[in-house]
Amino acid sequence: MNAVASPKLVMQAKGLVKRYGSVTALDGADFELREGEILAVIGDNGAGKSSLIKALSGATIPDEGEILLDGRPTKFSGPIEARRAGIETVYQDLAVAPAMTIAENLFLGRELRRPGWRGKMLRMLDKRRMLEESVARLNELKVGIRSMTQPLETLSGGQRQCVAVARAAAFASHVVILDEPTAALGVKEGGMVLELIRRVRDRGLAVVLISHNMPHVFEVADRIHVARLGKRGAVLNPKVVSMSDTVAVMTGALKPESLPPEALAH
Amino acid sequence: MNKSALPEAASGAPVAKTKGHMPAGLSVAVLGPVIALLVACIFFTTQSDRFLTGGNLSLIVQQVAVVGVIAIGQTLVILTAGIDLSCGMVMALASMVMTKLASESGVPPALAVLIGIGVAAGFGLVNGLLVTKVRLPSFIVTLGTLNIAFAATQLYSNSQTITDLPPLLTGLGETFHVGGTAVAWGTVLMLALYGLAWFLLRETASGRHVYAVGNNPEATRLVGIATQRVLLGVYVIAGALYGVAALLSVARTGVGDPNAGQTENLDAITAVVLGGTSLFGGRGVVLGSLVGALVVGVFRNGLTLMGVSSIYQVLVTGVLVILAVTADQLSRKATR
Repeated sequence: MNAVASPKLVMQAKGLVKRYGSVTALDGADFELREGEILAVIGDNGAGKSSLIKALSGATIPDEGEILLDGRPTKFSGPIEARRAGIETVYQDLAVAPAMTIAENLFLGRELRRPGWRGKMLRMLDKRRMLEESVARLNELKVGIRSMTQPLETLSGGQRQCVAVARAAAFASHVVILDEPTAALGVKEGGMVLELIRRVRDRGLAVVLISHNMPHVFEVADRIHVARLGKRGAVLNPKVVSMSDTVAVMTGALKPESLPPEALAH
Repeated sequence: MNKSALPEAASGAPVAKTKGHMPAGLSVAVLGPVIALLVACIFFTTQSDRFLTGGNLSLIVQQVAVVGVIAIGQTLVILTAGIDLSCGMVMALASMVMTKLASESGVPPALAVLIGIGVAAGFGLVNGLLVTKVRLPSFIVTLGTLNIAFAATQLYSNSQTITDLPPLLTGLGETFHVGGTAVAWGTVLMLALYGLAWFLLRETASGRHVYAVGNNPEATRLVGIATQRVLLGVYVIAGALYGVAALLSVARTGVGDPNAGQTENLDAITAVVLGGTSLFGGRGVVLGSLVGALVVGVFRNGLTLMGVSSIYQVLVTGVLVILAVTADQLSRKATR
């Protein structure tokens, strides 16, 4: 936050520490997410990538350090609280409830009730409105799925992932965290999900994309956060840095300081 | 790949349809057991002249009421990907509690019934707590409570049958006539409970959460649903339903029988699985369990009319449940 023109930070973490017994998963990790960007988070196994994401999504509580949302210090006691604060996370296991319909999946845990006595007294669900809203939300994001009443399991892996991302985008007011959204998808299906991620960003949401897939990271990311040894190793600019240099930074073969200054994103 | 998978597919005309609220596949899930029921009815009609008479059909429906009500509770548990092996024995214990309290301990009959249902719900609570808090598999938990409930029934009753029951306990066995066919009040109660369960499971958020927990418990928890509370609620409601089934059983037989519930245990599980509810959880329709219970009832009744010994009826039930689970497994593989 040195220049006036620097974009607003939606989410920030300072000096996060998380220990599991004698293992230190996070060792003073920092994190900055800007408004309307796709920030890729990459890192080797054990680099603290998933611990960082868990802390940001409320799935674990860090031992030390602070998380700021819109500049205000925040503490999440669980994923539900993070969700209430406008942070939606799509976890790696694809479908939410495979035998349930797309509309039901979109509104799971946030069901709409019927107006009037049928909603209040009988607690009846407003299935029609949920259906209409599901159609509207998915059309907005241009996810072409014919019927909202088909069970999720009838969709292809890419379509399911699109539903999961659309669900997150529909309810997030700040941040969408995507954990390996293109893993286990074919080329075409992966492309479809990446396209959707761009549209989510273009609607003004900040997206955190955790991925092992370097071509995918380079295709959509605005900045790349490299997790290393429980810290933030570097933040790279994918428009300048090469894919092989990025991998080298990630594995520690290359010091970020030895990269040209424009390769580092600020 | 599916053409609709491309995001571009939506850029032109909107492709999303809004017709119909029913999840696809529901019709198939209900149709299978209905066909099984029809085939069984046709078969027994050809084997016995007495099968297709108003009196006999009315009898079948009366006999089905006990298993039918247990099967509602069992359906709830199986929808969450669990199983409740204790259902019949908990019912037996509840029936002993309500009959012995009412006829020997001088407890007012209405209170005795409530205590009986409460004991059954208490067993449900124990099952539920062990499954949610201690995270034990429901199979093992309920295998344990099955034996505990059985032993408790024998100890409490000294293995003695309780007779001379107050009218309140047998009232549900009374019948009224619709067009010359006797209908028991117990049947009406069972149908009302099915209607209620169907409504709750289909039209309320709590009902849909039962399916969600059976589908993917971890994902359901992560969207912010209190999955443990859903599970606990399911086991307690199931227990209370076994208590209601106990009252129906007492009303039908007119006695408190310490050896009740032994065939009902497997019959109820068979009914649920025959009814198309998947043992893997998350899919099924509660009305299917009613059809499944009717299939079991028709087999028992039909085989009796044919003069087949009751041991063979047990054998047939065993074969039926394995066939139903096999069909479930095969259909599950087909959708993967």
